[in-house]
Amino acid sequence: MKTFLWLALCSAPGLDLAYKAKTGHLGANPVSTLLHECGSWALNFLMITLAARPLTRLTGWAWPMRRRRMLGLFAAFYATAHFTVYLVLDRELALGEISKDLTKRPYIVMGFLAWLLMVPLAVTSTDGMVRRLGRRWGKLHRLVYASALAGIIHFLWLVKSDRTEPLTYLAGFAALMGWRLWAARRPLVYGSVTN
Amino acid sequence: MASYRSDEPASAITPEHLWANRREFLKAMGVAAAALAAPALAGGRGPFDVDEKPTSLQDLTHYNNFYEFGPDKGDPAENAGALKTRPWTLSIEGEVAKPKTYGIDELLKAFPQEERIYRFRCVEAWSAVMPWTGFPLAALLKKAEPTAKAKYAAFTSFYDAKAMSHAASGIGYPYVEGLRLDEAMHPLALVVTGLYGKPLPNTNGAPVRIVVPWKYGFKSAKCIVKIRLAADQPPTTWNLAKPEEYGFYSNVNPEVDHPRWSQAKERRLGELFRRPTLPFNGYGAQVASLYKGMDLKKNY
Repeated sequence: MKTFLWLALCSAPGLDLAYKAKTGHLGANPVSTLLHECGSWALNFLMITLAARPLTRLTGWAWPMRRRRMLGLFAAFYATAHFTVYLVLDRELALGEISKDLTKRPYIVMGFLAWLLMVPLAVTSTDGMVRRLGRRWGKLHRLVYASALAGIIHFLWLVKSDRTEPLTYLAGFAALMGWRLWAARRPLVYGSVTN
Repeated sequence: MASYRSDEPASAITPEHLWANRREFLKAMGVAAAALAAPALAGGRGPFDVDEKPTSLQDLTHYNNFYEFGPDKGDPAENAGALKTRPWTLSIEGEVAKPKTYGIDELLKAFPQEERIYRFRCVEAWSAVMPWTGFPLAALLKKAEPTAKAKYAAFTSFYDAKAMSHAASGIGYPYVEGLRLDEAMHPLALVVTGLYGKPLPNTNGAPVRIVVPWKYGFKSAKCIVKIRLAADQPPTTWNLAKPEEYGFYSNVNPEVDHPRWSQAKERRLGELFRRPTLPFNGYGAQVASLYKGMDLKKNY
């Protein structure tokens, strides 16, 4: 598939939200809807990114690994949108409140950590950086595992009672990580695909 | 009253401008305030009404915490249509001289209905202004003649696993709530049967619920089937689920944070920017005396 089609597909949730915001279709509490939707899409893209390698390995398709960097950047994009909505619209840039949140409220600390871990990954996602970092690039980008786990814990700690959704993410994450452990003990079937 | 289904399109419900016009119309007709069931209709606002614009009916019926119909705010609008509100009974029992089970239509006829425009503050820091129809809970309780032993009122909500197959996990059902008897007897505490001058929508707890406007929303039990007066403090659903987060009193209090978030401000549905939360949700002048000498940080 052409790159612009991928870009369009991955931007669709964001464009949909922007359109709904403009036309007043975000429901009774638009700030809360924006916040939750951006957060969900950040987690969705993290899961899709983590699924790229197993998918390529299991099916032999090249496209999941070829598009993985873009998928990861979209995870960072939605996470940044989520954080920005929290800072600007939800907390209205009230610095006292925000600093209290970021130091005293465990689920917010965990969410901030998930976002923070994505920053070096997004920054080093250019071709030049991949070249420059060489083997260290792959090592650095294992931070994505920690970021995804922190993001899921953030979700788990913020729900009031029903944990179905965050536990679904956790199950997906466990499956993807479990596959990695299992695959690491077996020789490559499609030898050329690594990372 | 005709049975009411929340899955009717919003246009089938009284549009807000007609509701407002009705008030104007009655005023123009020169109807004396005393002759009206709803004192608020005559002068625009009655002594119990807040002088704030009611939240749109669309928002009030599409943004609900009603866990029996699912964990998301939009779930009740989709699922609460399965609730059958006729036949329906409400029993008053326990420490009363005259226990009684009312049929819902009997209940509606037995007590004069009035309109009250109340603030509503959810524990999640969003809020609304709701034009309820109902009658003082005190009237219902007095009729049952509480015994000297009665110190608390316990409310039980309707639960039916079949009609409520989308119920959120993490809390027990049926939903139970409670008040101290003096809180329940306070003139602001309401038995609510309507919203915007129409029978209560399913999404908001049809056909009959409790509304206690100075407490967080979860204290106002929906779809109630039983009121039991008791000597001891009754168990309450959210307190059972997370005692460190939700106390028995749960009075709106900007000074006492929820362990996970601040309660200092709230976002009114339909508004972008937050506003400060008022002690007792703005009803301090009426209810603060109920809690004289109590440590409200301890009794959250």
